[in-house]
Amino acid sequence: MKNRSLSYWLFLAPVMISLILVVAVPFIYGFVFSFTNWDGLSIGRFVGLENYVSLVQDEEFMNALWFTIKFAVVTVLLLNVFGLGLALLVTRNIKTNNLLRTVFFMPNLIGGLILGFIWQFIFVNVFDQIGTLLGAESLQGWLSTTQTGFWGMVILTAWQMAGYIMIIYIAYLQSVPMDLIEASKIDGANAFHRFKNVLFPLLAPAFTVSMFLTLSTGFKIYDQNLSLTNGGPFNSTQMLAMDIVRTAFSDNQMAYAQAKAVVFLMIVAVIALAQVYYNKKKEVEM
Amino acid sequence: MRGNREKKNLRWLEVLGIVLGLLWLAPFYLMLVNAFKSKSEIFQGVLGLPASFRFENFIQAFDDLDFLQSLFNSIMITGLSILIIILFSSMAAYALSRNKSKLSTVILFTFVGAMLIPFQAVMIPLVSIFGQVNMLNAGGLIFMYLGFGCSLAIFLYHGALNSIPQALDEAAIIDGANRFQLFWLVIFPLLKPITITVGILNVIWIWNDYLLPSLILSEETATIPLKMYFFFGEYTKQWPLALAGLTIAIIPVIIFYFFAQKQIIKGVSEGAVK
Repeated sequence: MKNRSLSYWLFLAPVMISLILVVAVPFIYGFVFSFTNWDGLSIGRFVGLENYVSLVQDEEFMNALWFTIKFAVVTVLLLNVFGLGLALLVTRNIKTNNLLRTVFFMPNLIGGLILGFIWQFIFVNVFDQIGTLLGAESLQGWLSTTQTGFWGMVILTAWQMAGYIMIIYIAYLQSVPMDLIEASKIDGANAFHRFKNVLFPLLAPAFTVSMFLTLSTGFKIYDQNLSLTNGGPFNSTQMLAMDIVRTAFSDNQMAYAQAKAVVFLMIVAVIALAQVYYNKKKEVEM
Repeated sequence: MRGNREKKNLRWLEVLGIVLGLLWLAPFYLMLVNAFKSKSEIFQGVLGLPASFRFENFIQAFDDLDFLQSLFNSIMITGLSILIIILFSSMAAYALSRNKSKLSTVILFTFVGAMLIPFQAVMIPLVSIFGQVNMLNAGGLIFMYLGFGCSLAIFLYHGALNSIPQALDEAAIIDGANRFQLFWLVIFPLLKPITITVGILNVIWIWNDYLLPSLILSEETATIPLKMYFFFGEYTKQWPLALAGLTIAIIPVIIFYFFAQKQIIKGVSEGAVK
């Protein structure tokens, strides 16, 4: 299929048109808009870096950024520990293997918005009643403080995504040559050494994939945030994605929200590229 | 000795697995049992089974959710989006894999690179542009899903197509097939495993998507997540009704999962490895 031929371009046309109209054009427009005072209605005037200067001084934005970073770091750690732990569990020779995989993965199919509502019930009602029953005050009033809101988000996300990360680790675990594990057993390596010196290096590509996934979803999370805490109390659990949506569509500050979105894009891109580069360097050749 | 110890370890792992499994299911249990209770019964205790099963909660939630309508909307939007993602992405990946040139490499990398752009970065101009041409409707939404979904699909199809020998194309051309016939009759059927993967990954994403529909769809064309958001807002603190609504909303997914769990788990792991 030569690229001068008609069929080459006919085959490519639908996706190219959609990518251009849905991603490329809005992407370029958005970048330009972020230097104006566009409010969604009038065309707007060029204001240079004004939006970017004010967002650095914007306490709400900085708070959202800091909250998101903390959240992403904690969830990346937890999800990789849980995901790998569950994967190691269900790849052992236990009878409930397949059933457990199905159960652990299930939350991923249901969608963040609905899961957030279910957990809102659990934190607000179930935790409260258990707290009263046990006389444990720390279980009461969840989601009504910044701290507990943060951990509520972490628990929800860990419960939801651990099964997804588990599937990724299982996929890579199955490609680890079993004779390597056997050989190290014969050589007298104990479980810890086997894990550290044999399994761990061989699983490095799985780390790359799952860290990329967890880190980027950690930064981009929106639905769960909306349905679990709705950003409250007093916007203190509002993450970046929600801050951008609200600035744009509740406050109608389109250009300002777009400047936030550009900063958001740069953070996500830099982290993703740096992380993949770093992890790739650590992977061993098979 | 050694065998015995391993057996014992395994038994502990079985127990650990069951405990974790139950823990994972607990939120669904709590949702379901409390959906049958009255408001005061929830207040008295959330953990136990209800004294009597109040199916009224479900009937009212079903009505207020306008469930059949939102189910229909979700199925149409998800189904059509996935159909065009599969059709157009496989064709594009075929063109790119059968023409190894600098241009093809640049096009492929552009598509893959687009995956790095978070939705929020294009969201505002996207809604504004589509609003100006009156495309903020289900049709526009499906077209947007093609734009956002084609990158990963092309990437996956491209990998699979590279392992299908070119000799097959040549044989079909000699037999007198044109490019379209060749692709749809010979190549596309061979791509079935990756088509399933692409389909599954996109069902999970599009079916559950909330943000994009919330910016585009009206209440009549709302998908299940969007409708659920409106519904939940109406019944704040009316927990039995809200929980019954949540239960109804996840039933289609549970049915789908029950029938396609093998493909789903396989699809997800293939998407992650490639």
